[in-house]
Amino acid sequence: MIAFVLRRLASAVPTLFIVVTISFFLMRFAPGGPFNLERPLPPATMENLVRTYQLDQPLWRQYVTYITNAVTGDFGPSYIYKDNTVAELIGKGLPYSMELGFYALLLALIGGVTMGTVAALRQNSALDFSIMSLATVGTTVPNFVVGPVLTLIFAIALSWLPAGGWGDGSLRFLILPMIALALPQLAVFARLTRGSMIEALHADHIRTARAYGLPSRVVVVTHAMRGAMLPVVSYLAPCAAALLTGSAVVETIFTIPGVGRYFVLGAINRDYTLVMGTVILIAIFVIVFNLLVDILYGLLDPRVRHD
Amino acid sequence: MADKNETILAIRDLKVDFTTPDGTVNAVKGIDLDVRAGETLAVVGESGSGKSQTMMGIMGLLARNGAVTGSASYRGRELIGLPPAELNKVRGAKVTMIFQEPMTSLDPLYPIGRQIAEPIVHHRGGTYKDARKRVLELLELVGIPEPGRRIDSYPHELSGGQRQRVMIAMALANDPDILIADEPTTALDVTIQAQILKLLRSLQERFGMAIVLITHDLGIVRHFAERVAVMRRGQVVEQGTTADIFERPTSDYTKMLLAAEPHGRKAAPADTAPIILEGRDVVVDYRIGGGLFSGGKAMFRAVDRVTVRLREGQTIGIVGESGSGKSTLGRALLRLIPGAGYYRFGTTDISGYDRARMRPLRKAMQLVFQDPYGSLSPRQTVGEVITEGLLVHEPDLGRAERDRRAIAALKEVGLDPDARNRYPHEFSGGQRQRIAIARAMILKPKVVILDEPTSALDRSVQGQVIDLLRTLQQSHSLSYIFISHDLSVVRAMSDYVVVMKDGRIVEEGETDLIFEAPADAYTKALIGAAFHI
Repeated sequence: MIAFVLRRLASAVPTLFIVVTISFFLMRFAPGGPFNLERPLPPATMENLVRTYQLDQPLWRQYVTYITNAVTGDFGPSYIYKDNTVAELIGKGLPYSMELGFYALLLALIGGVTMGTVAALRQNSALDFSIMSLATVGTTVPNFVVGPVLTLIFAIALSWLPAGGWGDGSLRFLILPMIALALPQLAVFARLTRGSMIEALHADHIRTARAYGLPSRVVVVTHAMRGAMLPVVSYLAPCAAALLTGSAVVETIFTIPGVGRYFVLGAINRDYTLVMGTVILIAIFVIVFNLLVDILYGLLDPRVRHD
Repeated sequence: MADKNETILAIRDLKVDFTTPDGTVNAVKGIDLDVRAGETLAVVGESGSGKSQTMMGIMGLLARNGAVTGSASYRGRELIGLPPAELNKVRGAKVTMIFQEPMTSLDPLYPIGRQIAEPIVHHRGGTYKDARKRVLELLELVGIPEPGRRIDSYPHELSGGQRQRVMIAMALANDPDILIADEPTTALDVTIQAQILKLLRSLQERFGMAIVLITHDLGIVRHFAERVAVMRRGQVVEQGTTADIFERPTSDYTKMLLAAEPHGRKAAPADTAPIILEGRDVVVDYRIGGGLFSGGKAMFRAVDRVTVRLREGQTIGIVGESGSGKSTLGRALLRLIPGAGYYRFGTTDISGYDRARMRPLRKAMQLVFQDPYGSLSPRQTVGEVITEGLLVHEPDLGRAERDRRAIAALKEVGLDPDARNRYPHEFSGGQRQRIAIARAMILKPKVVILDEPTSALDRSVQGQVIDLLRTLQQSHSLSYIFISHDLSVVRAMSDYVVVMKDGRIVEEGETDLIFEAPADAYTKALIGAAFHI
């Protein structure tokens, strides 16, 4: 097990390296630059900026410098938030994004699995159709519609919850953004769970369990559900990485000071270092969660146990 | 000992219906059947006869769209229409069941010990810890080696035969009155089959439960059952003692079933017949495991220095159990998978031939697979399926000529030429196998490798396919390599037999010699298991 984890962590290094390299060059080949503003800067200022940020160096040297600095944890200064390094920006915003994302993940997972299981057990009933229609709505209606509608109803019309901001960080402030963030993922979990539960309930060993007079609660929970969770667990990794690293749309609508905005803002403003920092952050989350999910998978399914 | 005249399960006017989009299917059409204490009753029939659905109906295990009506009274207690909670007191305790698929009938995610303990805990109360002692006893009873270690194994760590033993342990856990065995040995190798049946018989002698054996295999019935009920299309066409059914069958269907046991022999070609296909010292290795970061790779030798010489007009039967390397050998002989050794087709040395150089020869070397469901593309019409090879090998043929050849090939395998405009799923298993044979025959091959071509088929259909293969062999002077685990079919088809085990030939010789006077211990066990269970 330990050997497995170490091996996987070791194989993460080349993966990260490739991700960083590709994003670095993609970013640089995109037209424009961090200081190409609508109102052009005086040439002297421009030259100064370019020299300060070493953008006058050959591309390969910039790349080598970036990599060597990044290895020591220095991700450079942000070009638009000039007083902050990328590490500071992410360090400040990440806890907000992670807290919100964690609640959203819990909601999506518990809600989705419950709804999917109920739908599977009542396959083709009215309840099944209602749950699945709701899931379709969840997938098709985008965040930027769900968010404002929620605000309109619960914050403005009913005045039950605050319309935005982090406030004192209490749950009241988190409920609406959490729902907006969780809804599409909840729909995916519900769909996945329903499909794999239906398949699991048709398995031969479920017939065995029934033939031996086990109560249906035991048949469903002990025998069908554990197997049905395998595909759900697989989806957990990309989902957790996406939710915990923040969402530009939800964080903007609810004015949450997280890191979700940085990726979009960084890309639009050609803030090379900020984009690279966000890319590395997301990549690390994806790698770590994939590893966690693989370990979880081994715990659930003895056939893929890693020894 | 149980009183064998006491009826413990009385089935009266039992019907099973399935609601499908195409209307109601009457799977079981009102049958009467008695199970007596301590007896072995065989319910025999081909696929679709309703033999399994009868028992599934009684046990409350029908698919969602199925419904059961009528009466099944277990020791005076009506089982049909019982609410699940009440039925749960009977099933798994007094009436238990084992299934055809030992691979999938156990939950892959739990250790076998826990799965055997589950019915004990649920029917008798107590904890899993209490049940452990009983589970160990049961594992010992069904002949699982080292029960103390095996109790914590997972199903995938056991062989098929061991898994079926685990199922039997589960079935015995609560001292059942009736054990329903639904095709318990169909998925197992013959020697394992014999062991499982022997185990069931000795357990029955010891504990006196009645066994209801659902099977399509008359060989098993003859040696194992006391009474037989023959089912066809949802009805019991005949029932009686085993001796009566086998010696004095009254219904035409039973007579047909009995006659469908493969018979006949094939004469060997002359010794002077030229060799059409040869593989000398064939070795095939598979790489198992090994990845980018996991390092070490292991080799598995599937075929180990095997020599086969096929003469014109000859049929060589290759027999062996699963994992013996017989299918791999067949593919290696056709150069479909890489293997070391010397290969010859006719007078051409094809040892060093790569895929491109083999292609022109492929026309003359065809392969027919076991699974008539999986080996035909569901998205092509039968006409497209069987003429596909012509497009490659005889690209100059016009559409009309290809069509003419398709019609001829279909006629030759006994199918209506109109079949070429339909899709494979519209045909039965036997018809699909005919389509697969037509696909091979349309190219006018010289050698055909038949890989378990009849294993997925009912006995009566099997007989027809065998007759077809024989006729084709004579009219086209074909040479066959016939790969099968079914010894009675091999005996009827081949004039020479090769027995394989663990990638090696353990014995070979003329068919009659091998079957009448096997020399090797393994061959003896194999033949003993197949014919004198």
